[in-house]
Order: sequence, then C-alpha cells, then structure tokens
Amino acid sequence: MGSTLAEKVWNEHLVRRGTGDEPDLLYIDLHLVHEVTSPQAFEGLRLADRPVRRPDLTLATEDHNVPTDGAELPIADPVSRTQVETLRKNCADFGVRLHPMGDSEQGIVHVVGPQLGLTQPGTTVVCGDSHTSTHGAFGALAFGIGTSEVEHVLATQTLPLRPFRTMAVNIEGTLRPGVTSKDVILAVIAKIGTGGGQGYVLEYRGSAVESMTMEARMTMCNMSIEAGARAGMIAPDETTFAYLEGRQHAPRGSDWDEAVAYWKSLRTDDDAVYDAEVTIDADELTPFVTWGTNPGQGLPLGERVPDPETISDEESRTATEKALEYMGLRAGTPLRDISVDTVFLGSCTNGRIEDLRTAAGILRDHKVADDVRMLVVPGSMRVRQQAEEEGLHEVFEAAGAEWRQAGCSMCLGMNPDQLTPGERSASTSNRNFEGRQGKGGRTHLVSPVVAAATAVRGTLSSPEDL
Amino acid sequence: MEPFTTHTGVGVPLRRSNVDTDQIIPAVYLKRVARTGFEDALFAAWRAEEDFVLNVEPFNRGSVLVAGPDFGTGSSREHAVWALKDYGFRVVISSRFADIFRGNAGKQGLLAARCEQSDVELLWKLLETEPGTSVTVDLNARTVSAKDLTVGFEVDEYTRWRLLEGLDDIGLTMRSEDSIDAFERTRPGFLPTTLPAPTA
Repeated sequence: MGSTLAEKVWNEHLVRRGTGDEPDLLYIDLHLVHEVTSPQAFEGLRLADRPVRRPDLTLATEDHNVPTDGAELPIADPVSRTQVETLRKNCADFGVRLHPMGDSEQGIVHVVGPQLGLTQPGTTVVCGDSHTSTHGAFGALAFGIGTSEVEHVLATQTLPLRPFRTMAVNIEGTLRPGVTSKDVILAVIAKIGTGGGQGYVLEYRGSAVESMTMEARMTMCNMSIEAGARAGMIAPDETTFAYLEGRQHAPRGSDWDEAVAYWKSLRTDDDAVYDAEVTIDADELTPFVTWGTNPGQGLPLGERVPDPETISDEESRTATEKALEYMGLRAGTPLRDISVDTVFLGSCTNGRIEDLRTAAGILRDHKVADDVRMLVVPGSMRVRQQAEEEGLHEVFEAAGAEWRQAGCSMCLGMNPDQLTPGERSASTSNRNFEGRQGKGGRTHLVSPVVAAATAVRGTLSSPEDL
Repeated sequence: MEPFTTHTGVGVPLRRSNVDTDQIIPAVYLKRVARTGFEDALFAAWRAEEDFVLNVEPFNRGSVLVAGPDFGTGSSREHAVWALKDYGFRVVISSRFADIFRGNAGKQGLLAARCEQSDVELLWKLLETEPGTSVTVDLNARTVSAKDLTVGFEVDEYTRWRLLEGLDDIGLTMRSEDSIDAFERTRPGFLPTTLPAPTA
C-alpha cells in the first residue's frame, strides 16, 4: 500500500520510531517564534542551563501585541511591552534571529516564513500558534504547539509525537468569479464541523485546489485548525515551485534542481488510503459568511439567518439560539441586510499581497460607507511595501480606509485594534468567537472580496451588489 | 531536572478537598512572562486569610503538602505546578489527583504521591498535634514516614522512573542525542537555515 503526502513527510523526519507506549521522535526543520507563547519556554532553558540547539533553524518575529499605528513609538500597554521586550532579550541571549517592530521583514509569523522562502515543501514547521497550519500550503507538515513543546523544540529540535490520521478533502470543479479559497474553507468547516478534523491532517486536493495561487492555498490551510485539524496540506506543484524560486532562502543552482526533484515526489500515492474523505463541489460555491460565534456557523451570503425553531437537534438548536443572542441577530433576516460598523482586512488568513490587490480592485472608484470604518492591516512590512509600490495604499486611503502597519491586529485584539461591546465587524480573519476581536464584539468572517464590497455598501455584500 | 530519591521537610496539613488550579494560582497571574517567582501567587486568595495554614509558623517553611482528595482539578495551567515548586514544595500527598495536574507535576519534578485517605488523616493528625514535624518521602521504597508513622504511597512506574533518574521530557529526548546527531547528518544540503541573517 502506498503512502499519503502527510505520511511521507512524517516518515522522512523520524529520528526514532516509538515502540509500545513511547511516541515517535520527529525532527523539526523550522521553528517560528513570537512574543506570546515563548517567554516561559526560554526561561525553562535558562533554568536548566540549556542552549537553543539549532538557532539556525529558528526565526522570531513580533506580531501578536504590536500596535499597527506608530511602530516607532514605545508600546503603551505595559503587559504587551513586557512581552515584546522579553522576546528581544531572549533572542539576543540565545542567538535567535529576530525581526522586531520597525524591521523591514517584521510581520505575522505565518506571512513572514513563506515570503522569505523558509517554508519549503516536505519540511516540518512548528510554532507556538495554532495557525501554523498555514505553511502546509507548500506541502510542509506544519502545526501549532504549546509552550512546553516550544521549549522542547528549542532544546532538542525534535518533538515526541504520535502519528496523525489523514483526511482527503477533495475540491473538484471551477470556482466562480468572486468566489475565493476563503469561501471554500468556510464551506468545508460548515460541512465537517469545528471538531470534524480532530486528530487529522487535512489534505486539500482536486482540480479547484490545483488552479489556486499559493496565497489562496495558504488561506485554506490556515483555517484547517478551525475544523479542529492538527494540520492542512497541499501537494507541491509548479505553482509552488514558481512561488519559491528566487526567494531569499530558496535553494539556488544545483541545490534548486535537487530540491525540485525531491519536491516532485511529494504526492499521495495512487494506492494510498486516507482514514477519512470528504468532497466539495467547487462549481456550486458562492460567497460564504459566518452568522454565529464559531467558524462552522456559516452560510452562503444569499441565505438568511437560521431559525432555531426549525432545528430538531436540541444541542444544535440551543447553540444557534445562544449564537444569535450574542450576535444580536433575528432569525430569518437576509444575511445581506446585516449592517456592520467595521471592516477588517488583514491577518495570517487574508493579509497577503493578493488579498490586498483583490480588495483594492473592488474599492477602486468606490467609497467606504459613511458610518463604516475600514482597517487595512498588511500581514507583513514587506507586503505593506509591495502594496505601496503598486499604489494600493492610495486606493484604500482614497476610499476612506485606514492604512496600517503589519501585525495580527484586530484578528485577536491583543493590541489596541479592538471592537467595542456590541460593535459588528466583517473580518477577513479566522475566528468569530465571542469577544475574540474585543469584549462584546460581533464578528462575521468573510473573504477579502466580501470585505471590500461590504465596506462600500455597509451591509454584508458581494461585488455584484455594487 | 534534579533526580528525586528521598526528601525530608516540614509537613503541611491542608484540610481541604477539591483544591482546584484556580485556588492554587488565580488566572490573573498567568500574564507573567517568567517561569519562576510564582511563590507569592500560590493559594493567593487563601493566604489573605490570617489563619490559613501557610501563614502560620512553622508551616510557612513547609515542603511536603498533605491535602484532601481531588487535588489539582480544573484548568491545565502549568503555572499551578510552578507555583507549588517556587514556594518550596517538593511533594504533594493526596488520595486523588486530577489527571492533568499529575501529568504536569511529573514533568516538572514535583512528586504527586497518592496515599489512602485514612493515611492522609493519620498524617494530618500528627502534623496538627506536633507542628513542624519532619516528613520523609522515599521514592525508592514508596513510603512516607513521620515520627513512628510509616505509610505507603503510589505513583505510576513511568513517572517514578523519570523522577528517580531526574529526566524531564527534554532530558528524556536528549538520551537520544546520538540519534538526533545522526539524523542531522543525513539532512539534505538544500534545506534552508535562518542564519547567518542576510544583511539588508
């Protein structure tokens, strides 16, 4: 029997196969670090007098806490400032490369890794952040870890783990114009549920995936965790190689040829068997938005807010009632009639150059509605710079949106970019949990296309409404 | 992690059951960036009460905590173990521990020793009648002794082995350092490194 993509990468990284109760020991090719989940890990190393085993396989950036206006100023919040300052000291003490606020390579860790060419097919990538699954778009096995595991990887460059199960997510057909990979992944999560991927690596495959850009693939893999999965993966192909070629850390010369030859072998064998399989019809998909308080509570934009009365399963009915109460929504309201106060374009899900181009393309010749504020937060300073070279910032500013510096920003509101209680957003981020974007804030997850159209109309919209 | 064979220290009777991790360390202390220095956070709410056992000499110098059943329930916070260790505890004795707490304790070198509740009662009585009594915990023999009293305790074999050897997860993995070295020699040369950092 053949192997799946995930199994191939796993087996290539086995330092030791576990016997009996003992887990496998897996080698980690790239460890990404940020300020929130690393301080106690470095402290643990200090207490045990251990060095970082491979600083040359480790990269740190400041992202979760950083303000997106005035990167040159000290951080006002003392807790955030302490976390950032602690990361700087730890990186200096242990010899870890850091891209701090103000640096031209600073940005969200999951945007920075790929754009530097550090995320490569067939590698293992970890970070103390659940959205590490993003890197799976390159055919890497990439997953989030806890603080103790961060310390373990810093000290040993390995992790003791039991193998994950595999699930094929087949996405066949052609996406209609205006339908993006964000809509696909929201539809996948709505289909399998927020726990449907638990214990699995999801492998996205099929003709719709093959025709996606790398940015679109990253968006999809990014949200694998919202289906409960450990990781998401896509087999590398010519699109992947073209994205990587020439990047700062991509192989060069004969190394490149050797790498590509290996990367081409990273495909699930025809006779491999997945532990589970689901199929999505790409032809049928339309823009998808969430109405509730978890990423599985989503519907096509043309639908109405669901009516709990029509749900027979009691648990699901109660969950729907609770979600509608928190979201301040009435059953039966057309989703297109929901008006928002804020539009957030950014995050590790949709803060890449292509996302900004898409949104700018819709905002050109339009204005953000009078009572709506729109925040545009590039995923990295390099994305910001590129957008400025293309003049995208002028489009956003002319439309009345705020053009910010790079960071996680309003995705999770650890910095000052937050919703106020009762405030409603259309957000290109990844989680619509209660209070995620600020205490009492109400989040609708959307694609950059829907975000831009919504900013213009003031209600959840797609470009055809303009 | 230091190996643990035997430990002798002042026993502290904590006559409470269901001591959850929010009691051991309240959430407000989780924003800190350090791994040590949580001694002030341990049982923070209870220590505001004047007659709480840790506010009383000589129990404030204690290192063996004897608690009621269901110790360490609630959240998974590793801080609960850090706080107990930072205060000076090396051993917690209870008739029942929450799973996650027991796992966290084993990883951090804090011995969670499971005794019969009747033996816990005997220890409480002794420690309350004669405050400052030294308690000796012998991990090899799996016994707790104080004065003329000696009782047995249970700890799972894997944790016991790790504590005796002084192996935390990282220590255990580093026993395979030769395999890691060997693996690293086989990694293809085209794989990326982050250092040296490119100059702008």
